[in-house]
Amino acid sequence: MLKDIPVLSLIALIPLAGAVLLLFLPGRRSTWPRGVALAFTAIPLILSAWLFAGYEPILGGKAFAEHFTWLSIPLNAEAWGPDAAVASYRLVFDYRLGIDGISLPLVLLTGVVSLMAAIASVHIRKRWKTYYALFLLLQTGMYGVFLARDLTLFFIFFELTLIPMFFLIGIWGYFGREKAANRFLLYNGLGSAFMLFAFLILIATLGFSAEAATAGGNAFSFTGDYEVLLAHLSDPNAPANIAQPGNAMYLSDSLKWTAFVLLLIAFGIKLPIFPFHTWMLKVHTEAPPSVVMIHSGILLKMGVYGLIRFGAFLLPEQLDAWAPVLATLGVINILYGAVLACAQKEFKLVLAYSSISHMGIVLLGIASLNEIGLQGAIYQAVSHGLISALLFLVVGTLYERTGTTKLDELGGLARSVPFTAGILLTAGLASLGLPGLSGFVGEFLAFLGLFGSMKALTAVGALGVLLAAVYVLRSVLGITFGPMPERFIGMKDARFVEALPMVALAAVILVLGVYPSLLTDLMQHGFDGLLKQLSTKAGG
Amino acid sequence: MNTLQWSDTWYLAPEITLAAFTIALAVLDLMLPNRTNRDLVGWLSLLGLAAAGVFVGWQMYDLHAGGAASAAHSLLGGSYRVDDFGNLLKLAFLAATFLIVLASLGTIRQAEMPIKGEFYYLVLPAVLGAMVMSSSGDLITLFVGLELLSITSYVLVAARKTSGLSSEAAFKYYVTGGTASAFILYGMSFLYGVTGSTSLSAIGQGIGPALADYRAMVYVAFFLMIGGFALKLALAPFHAWAPDVYQGAPTPVTSFLAVVAKGAAFAMLYRIFLNTAMYASDQINGSAVRDDLFLALAVLAAAAMVVGTTGALRQHHAKRLLALSGVANAGILLVPLSLDVSNLHASLFSEFFYYLVAYVFMNVGAFAVLSVIAREKGDEAVSAFAGLYHRAPWTAGGMTVLLCSLAGLPVTGGFFGKLFILFGTVQTRAYWLAALLLATTVVSYYVYFSFIRQMYMRSGDTDQGLRVPVPAGIVIWLSVAATLALGVLPKLFMGWIDDVFSILADFLF
Repeated sequence: MLKDIPVLSLIALIPLAGAVLLLFLPGRRSTWPRGVALAFTAIPLILSAWLFAGYEPILGGKAFAEHFTWLSIPLNAEAWGPDAAVASYRLVFDYRLGIDGISLPLVLLTGVVSLMAAIASVHIRKRWKTYYALFLLLQTGMYGVFLARDLTLFFIFFELTLIPMFFLIGIWGYFGREKAANRFLLYNGLGSAFMLFAFLILIATLGFSAEAATAGGNAFSFTGDYEVLLAHLSDPNAPANIAQPGNAMYLSDSLKWTAFVLLLIAFGIKLPIFPFHTWMLKVHTEAPPSVVMIHSGILLKMGVYGLIRFGAFLLPEQLDAWAPVLATLGVINILYGAVLACAQKEFKLVLAYSSISHMGIVLLGIASLNEIGLQGAIYQAVSHGLISALLFLVVGTLYERTGTTKLDELGGLARSVPFTAGILLTAGLASLGLPGLSGFVGEFLAFLGLFGSMKALTAVGALGVLLAAVYVLRSVLGITFGPMPERFIGMKDARFVEALPMVALAAVILVLGVYPSLLTDLMQHGFDGLLKQLSTKAGG
Repeated sequence: MNTLQWSDTWYLAPEITLAAFTIALAVLDLMLPNRTNRDLVGWLSLLGLAAAGVFVGWQMYDLHAGGAASAAHSLLGGSYRVDDFGNLLKLAFLAATFLIVLASLGTIRQAEMPIKGEFYYLVLPAVLGAMVMSSSGDLITLFVGLELLSITSYVLVAARKTSGLSSEAAFKYYVTGGTASAFILYGMSFLYGVTGSTSLSAIGQGIGPALADYRAMVYVAFFLMIGGFALKLALAPFHAWAPDVYQGAPTPVTSFLAVVAKGAAFAMLYRIFLNTAMYASDQINGSAVRDDLFLALAVLAAAAMVVGTTGALRQHHAKRLLALSGVANAGILLVPLSLDVSNLHASLFSEFFYYLVAYVFMNVGAFAVLSVIAREKGDEAVSAFAGLYHRAPWTAGGMTVLLCSLAGLPVTGGFFGKLFILFGTVQTRAYWLAALLLATTVVSYYVYFSFIRQMYMRSGDTDQGLRVPVPAGIVIWLSVAATLALGVLPKLFMGWIDDVFSILADFLF
């Protein structure tokens, strides 16, 4: 039954339907928009849970794949002349959705974090209708990114997250919101441009197929279909692999490198990798907490996903050759983020730098290029998504009561708001990688994976874990214990709507920490194709 | 058939209709008493445009009625051609003008344009000029069309009689436009000199052999023409007049200049380049001349994209900003042509035309919103958009779609237009052009989002609802709907262009 309905399309498009529905509902009070948003956020989560239950790793999720030709744009074939006998010459955009062990954990993450962020949006005080409509639109973009299996479709969904996010930061953010929104737009726009460039290079070479002569003549087409690209990659007869003078579709090594570096920068901005991180600091401090939950929890993971899906799978040799570079970048991220997190006076900035540090660990996992490390990368991405969402949920709750997020103005909150402080402590411990919570598993797998090939870098990177303990404990303990300013006496603890997502997120973090095979089982065969390719290249 | 036959009038029906309407409306405008609202003239001029459009459509249908792939009908020894290239562009020009005139009905105030009647009937010969330009197979007819368009637009720019700014703009436009025409004409005279003919097909045949003796002359001819066209199209570094003229002209005229006048100049450029420059190669020296000419276009396109976008960054006046965005967009529109024709990439016209049509809708729609706002506020700064979201949420939403299209964000016509052009550049391995196109697109986000920041994130001085006149509202929503349709289903339109247009039948004859 599950196999008969287009469940992936439903997941991606239901939020969009909710956004459209919202436009026609009254928006004077928050009740209607909020109710609709919660409902349309919950449905995709339920559907993805259903997917999770029915997923068989060995199939690679082929059971759920959806595919039809969306657009088949005719290119002018006349100039080929009569000799080539071209009957059709087309540029094809496919609507192809699919899911596998890499994307399913991220889809689940999107579902969980979105729902929690929707609940946490109770702090939004103006223009509810627009807020929730954009919030739902953003979700369509995010689900689409993780589900799309066509380069152009992926790009469209990727861009689709850009516009709502710009508004969400720019309208509902804090004092410097416009600047933050602009910076977000420009940096990510630049990233998308790099990505599109790389994608078009791949479509124009790897995506070209010349089908044998039919009655009417040859059928030439360019496509961005991910499956076709993968097939052409290992097919020595594909035009992209034929090094012949005059072959305009030949994907030469220099082109591959160009595409790889473009993709690395594109996803490096999103991830973010060290010199490209400044935009995300602004977003972390200026956007409303419920939006930061999405941003830090999911949007950054789009960078991880893109790097693995396209960087690793489509250009494995380049990634293999640059694995030490990636690992070095990862170590820089880890240490840079950790050291700066230790020096911050603003709690949100501590969290922002800690995100940079944790995303560095993801890079290490990717650089390992073995199953354990890659699983670690995805695991770390999911776990960091949950933890940072939880941390920003607490930040939002505290800010509502104290009106500040400066470390030196906060203190002793364990006495006035014991529940919230307890959750903060839990999240902090998860963030520093306490065994038994999800953060530990991801870090452990990533380091373990890399240790085989690059021992020195792994050792240096592991220092970041020590530093994490320093900055997390310094800031979290400073907030929860110590002297309490008088104005915090008599503060009310978290309300039910605030406590609910906190407990839910904390529970997921705990479950993933205790029972990691929930996710690792899913990823079991996710990397088979990539690893096989790498080993054949190494062997031949 | 070197003389015009009585039976040929059928093929000239769209042009004759426009001419007849021009004369009739001019007389009507003179006879109507002063007190009468000139909107009547406007509605009749819409009727004329629609009638001409119907005739063009009919002719297109006729051309393909026999089931033949494509056949061009040529009049007067090939100096006037009724072919799909011309017909498609004519339809685009007529539709754009129709929307512009419709949006101005009830929106422009008497003070803004004291001679409304003249605007409504002068816009007809201007389109007529554009149509002649897109349908000519001879240098002389091309130039006549160009002048008809130019001279009427000089008058239109000056239509705000009482405004000094408008007169200044008209004077500047007149001087630069005259210079451009002179350059083009001078270049044409060299072409005539080396090939001995003004007919494009004869030049195409003669130019290859002529290269042996007159290589330098051919370069001079084309570079003079390229310079003239760059001035007409406001391509950098020949764009300095555009912001002043766009600002001074009444908004509907600005919109006309940005869309129709630009499109017509492109039509002429396509006619000349694909019929003559294409053949400027000889066996002895390879194809250097042809490559150089197309490279020159590519360089101009690149310069226009960069200068237009960076210039727009600093603008706070909406019309000047859109003028510079027009410079950048002219650069983008030039990219497909500059890639030349090869067996791999021959869809340059479909790429160009798709983006042109998307550009028509986003630009006409944006100018309509601008004129509605300026009508109440009397201010054309970007900050006049402040708080639009609170005053007219739907209009703000529509404008957001149009701006996303201008910025090239999905899912709009502008996105796919740019995507097709980009794919062309990557296909032909013109990576530097692709990189510039992408880079300027990113910068343009900042430019176009300055409107969005004003509309959604700033508050204006009034919260009073914005009154949108019905005709302008219709234009805005048509533009938004068309922009979205082009973004969701580009196949329909792109497929249609491919069915109708054939590069072999329309050019390369």
